[in-house]
Parts: sequence; structure tokens; C-alpha cells
Amino acid sequence: MADEQNQYVKVIVFQIKDEEYTIPVHTVGSIERMMPITRVPGTKSFVKGVLNLRGVVTPVIDLRERLGIHDAEITDQTRMITVTIEGMNVGLIVDSANDVLDLDETWIEPPPEVVGEIEADYIQGVVKLENRLFILLNLEKILSKEDVLELKHVHV
Amino acid sequence: METNQYLEIFIDESKEHLQSMNDQLLVLEKSPQDVTIVNEIFRSAHTLKGMAATMGFQDLSNLTHKMENVLDAVRNEKLMVDEEVLDVVFASVDDLEAMVFDIAEGGAGERDVEEVVQLLHAIESGGSMSLSQPSHFQPGIKKDRENSLVLDEFTLSIIQQSKEMGQNNLQIEVTLREDCVLKAARVYMVFEILEECGEVIQAQPPVQQLENEEFDTTFTILLVTGMTAEDLQSKIYKVSEIEHVNISHYETPAPSEENTNTRDIEEDKKESENKSIKANNQEKDSKPVANRTIRINIDRLDALMNLFEELVIDRGRLEQISDDLQHKELQETVEHMTRISGDLQSIILNMRMVPVDQVFNRFPRMVRQLSKDLNKKIELSVVGADTELDRTVIDEIGDPLVHLIRNAIDHGIETPDQRGAVGKPQTGQLELKAYHSGNHVFIEITDDGKGIDRHKVAAKAVSNDVVTEEQAAQMTDAQVFDLIMESGFSTADQISDVSGRGVGLDVVKNTIESLGGSITVDSIPGKGSRFSIQLPLTLSIISVMLVEVQKEKYAIPLSSIIETAMVKKEDVLHAHNKKVIDFRGKIVPLLLLKDLFEVPYTLEEDDDYSVVIIRKGEKTAALVVDSFIGQQEVVLKSLGDYLSGAFAISGATILGDGQVALILDSNALIK
Repeated sequence: MADEQNQYVKVIVFQIKDEEYTIPVHTVGSIERMMPITRVPGTKSFVKGVLNLRGVVTPVIDLRERLGIHDAEITDQTRMITVTIEGMNVGLIVDSANDVLDLDETWIEPPPEVVGEIEADYIQGVVKLENRLFILLNLEKILSKEDVLELKHVHV
Repeated sequence: METNQYLEIFIDESKEHLQSMNDQLLVLEKSPQDVTIVNEIFRSAHTLKGMAATMGFQDLSNLTHKMENVLDAVRNEKLMVDEEVLDVVFASVDDLEAMVFDIAEGGAGERDVEEVVQLLHAIESGGSMSLSQPSHFQPGIKKDRENSLVLDEFTLSIIQQSKEMGQNNLQIEVTLREDCVLKAARVYMVFEILEECGEVIQAQPPVQQLENEEFDTTFTILLVTGMTAEDLQSKIYKVSEIEHVNISHYETPAPSEENTNTRDIEEDKKESENKSIKANNQEKDSKPVANRTIRINIDRLDALMNLFEELVIDRGRLEQISDDLQHKELQETVEHMTRISGDLQSIILNMRMVPVDQVFNRFPRMVRQLSKDLNKKIELSVVGADTELDRTVIDEIGDPLVHLIRNAIDHGIETPDQRGAVGKPQTGQLELKAYHSGNHVFIEITDDGKGIDRHKVAAKAVSNDVVTEEQAAQMTDAQVFDLIMESGFSTADQISDVSGRGVGLDVVKNTIESLGGSITVDSIPGKGSRFSIQLPLTLSIISVMLVEVQKEKYAIPLSSIIETAMVKKEDVLHAHNKKVIDFRGKIVPLLLLKDLFEVPYTLEEDDDYSVVIIRKGEKTAALVVDSFIGQQEVVLKSLGDYLSGAFAISGATILGDGQVALILDSNALIK
């Protein structure tokens, strides 16, 4: 058993394809079912657009596409997790979200060179727990604004 | 602490007084002989001192006190107003300002003001040595009296105010007969009479003790009343078992500081003589004034606005539902509600409107300081300071204006020598002008300086790789002038710390554009330049035209639409490989929104184009859409930080059906 002095992080667990990812629970605002999204032109394809989240216009990105997994389908299980990072409010589309865990910080291992199809850049670390492997996402990297907008200037 | 609830009022009023001091000092500078202006400043300083002392901000009240001494010497003609004196007084007002801001930000308002105090003191003692000796001694105060009243500062301020309003402050000493049996009853009767005639401010011994008969035979009351002493005396004598009633006018007693009191009292007298009552919150509360106002916390107004925005969204939804249902009564009710909420909207928006003076009022000081620093002579004239703008715009517009004014003074207006050499009057003119026009407010900053040198700008732009030499040669003057607002630009040969290193004007431009406004430059070499800023009246609720592009809905701000039209496909012309149309004799470029925004094609093409003609300044463009939905009032919402900067999208709005529609930024579509 873990030492009582150990630091725990509470995380939300969600699935994309066959893998399980986690983000710290304090960054999460809410978990929503899919809602109609308004496309915003001139953005990368993983930016799905904006939606009306209880009166607040919230940008939504498809986390699956962001992580390089294409042609993901929207099913009954598909969820949108709204997160707040550095004052930005963004919705993330995931395949399903259904678990909350306490992870001991000492369990966290550095990311392997390549995990599945994902660029290791977005990964903060991994945790092996029994038969499951949890990938800790680096939200700051995933939500970096640098490559959100397609550079495009059309003038008359 | 009980003063906490007054802190906000204190800060607000202190700022007002400081502003008024600033304004008056500037007036004084122009006419140094005018004693009434000095009086004005003195009064503001005096009130500020009183308030600061009451709130326990010692440093603030001490510095104000020192400043008062100097002003007093000026007022009594012991000291001449010259530049040196004004500079020091200005500096102390700056310090006071810094303190008040510190307090506003939760600090204790402490500040090292040793230097300014020294200067003030030097001026004061240099001006008059006799000042330190009090020339009057106040009659009517008998300090050794057993029952003399001890007042706290709050009570003192009430007395001062009542005096200003022409009320009498009477000190009433009542002595009961030695054989009086029901002392408490007599006290009660006296109080009853007094309370009919005025307001009992304080009693000595305190009322509690009087009621419990814990006093000898004499008690003293301080009363604020409109009645005369004689009338009051005869009234009190009607109560039986009273030995003696002694009524005197109460004069503000001396505080512990030995030097201030006489002057304070003098001042109080003068104030009451002048009958110039400064609008003061406490007075507003107690006395109905013709123009009644209340102070409202801005947060509350914002909350009201947010709630109203929700209402506007729901109104849109209701309108849509009633349209779908075609129910007559429902439609009538919704229509009625729409009208009412329209009125409500204009009231709420009006409440948020504040005069631009709130921003403008700091500029006279700034111009004075800058022109001193740069050894230039500049006269600033402000026009239309009462023009109103939404508070959110006001909050944002300050810094850009500071930049532009600094720029005009630093780069625009020449030194007196240079001006003389080209035959201009030595004093440069700087005009700050605000006015309404349609749904916009214009702010113009005009100087009569050397203007912008087209060649210098062009050369700089070429050397900075902003444009090529060929491009520069082909540009119109206006286009060249616009270059100075590109980033990394500074035409001053000598970089000064006044208008910075050319990181200013592009920031100005960006800020103004982010507010939904625009800025243009106009300049005639040798004659001067004009920066003209166009701003929307309000930011939060705008009128838009809703259009459909394939299956997507977009909102185009009505303010940028000239008109809508249908254009036959065969009427489309081609120029330089671009589609254009001939619209009312003008060649207007055609923009297909569905291509521009890469909207998925789902609809079959019509034979006609539905176009919306938009404009930016003089330029126009025709946007091709698939259908017009109609005009609507919508609440402007931000796209959020994450997507800020999306091309040609200025924001989003929530429609009646709960969906988000994007708002087009027509400024970005026309360049």
C-alpha cells in the first residue's frame, strides 16, 4: 500500500479509441453530451467550432483529431469535457468519459518515446495500474494557440 | 471597521476633488490673479483633508494640510502665484492622487512625501513668516467649562455641513432647579421640545446617563436648528423646574493641532458665507436636491446588463416560437414584450453611458507636463467632453488616446523656435474633439504641427521592409500615413521617452479595432495632422442582418451594411481576375462568402446572387450569400480566448433557437 504521506491527484478518465487518458479534475468544468456546434471558418480541422454552453460561447475541439486519430465517429457515448486552462474555456470531444481516479504521484512514469499513434509531446506521463495504462495529457500543449488558426488573408 | 462602508464613497469623492483641484489649478495658471479660483481649490483641498482625517488616512490629510497652508497664503495675498508655486502644488496633487489610488487598491495610502512637504514648507515660510502665528482667537469657546462638548470628527463634519446650509448650531446649557424631583422627566421634556425644533447632535452627559438621572443639575446639548436662540430659550423655559437656560452659538473647537484651527474656522465661516455648497453625498441623502442622483456600483450595472442580455436571447426565442405557432394572442403578447424590452434596452444602455470627459479630464494635466518636459508651448482645447459613450468603451479608450496625444506633442508640434522660423505662432494648438454621428462616436485629435512627411514615412517603411520601393511610390498619401500605424515604426529621428520607440501606434490601432472602431490619419505637411477615431456607441447589443450561407447562419452588423440587392449572374464582370459588379455606377468587388469561409456546398446554385453591400470608410464590397433571414438585435459575445483572431469573425451571438451564429467583421473583409 502507498504511504499516507504521498500526494494524490484526482483525475477524470476518458477513452479515445482503446486508450485511457486522464486530466486533472480541477481543470474540468463539466461533462456534456454532444450539442449542435457552429463551425468557425479559417480554423484547423480539429477545431469543431463553437457552441452555446448555458449562454457562454465555448470553442470545441475534437481531441481525437487533435491527437491524430481521424475519422472518429460520434456515438451515444461521445462526450464533451469542458476544461479551463489559463483562463481559456474549451470543450474537448472524447469517445466516452466515465471514471474518476486518485493517482499517486509516485506512480507516474515519464512518457515512453511513442505511445500508440500519439505524439509524445502531448503526454505528461503514464501510470500503470493493474492491467490498465493511463495516459496523463498535457493540456497546455494540447490547447496551445499557436496552430489553431489557418493563416489566411483574403483582401479585396 | 465601521468606516469600511464609506470607503468607496470616500475614494470616489476624493477622486472628484482631486480632479477639480487639477482643473482649477490649470485655470489658475492662466489667470494667477483670480482669488476665487484659489478659493475653489482651497475648498476641495479642505474637504479632502476632512474626509481623509475622518477615514484615518493621516499621510493624506497631512499633505493636504501642508498644501492648504500654501493656498491660504496665496489667498491672503501673502504669496504670489508663480510657476514654482504651481509646480509644487501640482506635484503634491500628484502625490495625493497616488495615495488615493493606493487606498483604492486596498493600501493604507501611505507614501513618502518628504520632498514635496519640504517644498511646500519652503514656499509657505518664504511667502510669509507671520503665518505660523494664529491671528484670531475664537470667542465662544470656554475650554475650562465642565460640560464642554467633546466632538468626534464625524460630528464635526455634520456641524460644518449644517453651517454651510445656513442652519444654526446652538450649544444649550440647561440647569435644573436644585429641588427638582423628576429630573429624568424634565430632561425628557426638554429633549422633546428640542427635537421638534431641530436635531440633537450630542448631549453632555450622554443621553443614557441623563435618563438615569446620573447628573448633577446641569446638562449641555448641541442642537442643529433653523430657529434663533431667543425663540428656543423661551420654549425651554416653559418646562417647569428649570433654573436657567443658557444658549450660545457653537463654534468648532480647536483640534489638538495648534496651527490649523483658526484657519479651519475661518474657512468654515467663509464657506458658509459663500453659501457655495459642494454637492456631497451626505447632503444628497438628507436633503432632496433638484437633480437627484445615486451612485451605483458598476458591477451591479454589469450584472443588470448581463441579465438583460439573457432576456434578449429569450426574446429572440419567443419571437421565433410565436412565428412558428401563428397564434394570434401569443404573437400580440410577444410583440408587446418586444417593444417593452426595446425601451428597457435603451434605458439600460443609457445608464451605462458616461461622458468622455471621464477620459478627457486627465489630458490637460498631461499636456501641461509634457509641454514643460519638451520645452514646447502648447494650448489644448477640448470640445465635446459631454459626448457619451458606453462605459466599456470608455475604459478601453484611455490608453490609445494618451498615446496619440503624446505622439502629437512629441512628433507633431514643433518647438517655439522652429515654429517661429516657419512663421507660425509660437504656441501650438492641440484640439481634442468628440462628437456623435449616427451609431458612432468620433474622437479627433488635431494638431497644427509639422504634419507627417510622406517621403520620410515611405523611406522608413522601405528600409524596415514593410513595403517595397515600388509599392511605396504607388501609394496614396492616406495609405502612406496608415503605415505609421504598422508595427515597428517611429519617424522621430531622436527616440524620446515620451512617445516611445514606435511600439505605440500599432497598439493604438489594434485596441481601437478590437473595440469595433477604426482610426484614420490625415495630414498636411507643415500644417498639422489629424487622427480620427470612430467608435461604436455600445459594444454589447448590436443590430445585425442575419444571412444564410448554404446551411450556415452569419450575422452582419447593420452599421456596416449599405443595402442588400439581387444581382443577375450575367451582370457579374471580371476585372484583374476578380469578380466585380457595377453597383449604382460604382465598381464593387464581389466576395463569395461560401468560398471565403469554405462552407460545405449543399444547395443548388441560383441564377441570381443575393448580395449584401458593405462598406468600410469610402470602400465597398458585395458579399454573396444564399438568403437573407432578416434584421435582429443580438448580444455580442466573444469567441473566447482560444479562437480569438479568427479571420473576418468579430464575435458570436446566440440565436433564438439556442444556436451560435458568427458575426462577420466587415472591416477585415475590406482592405
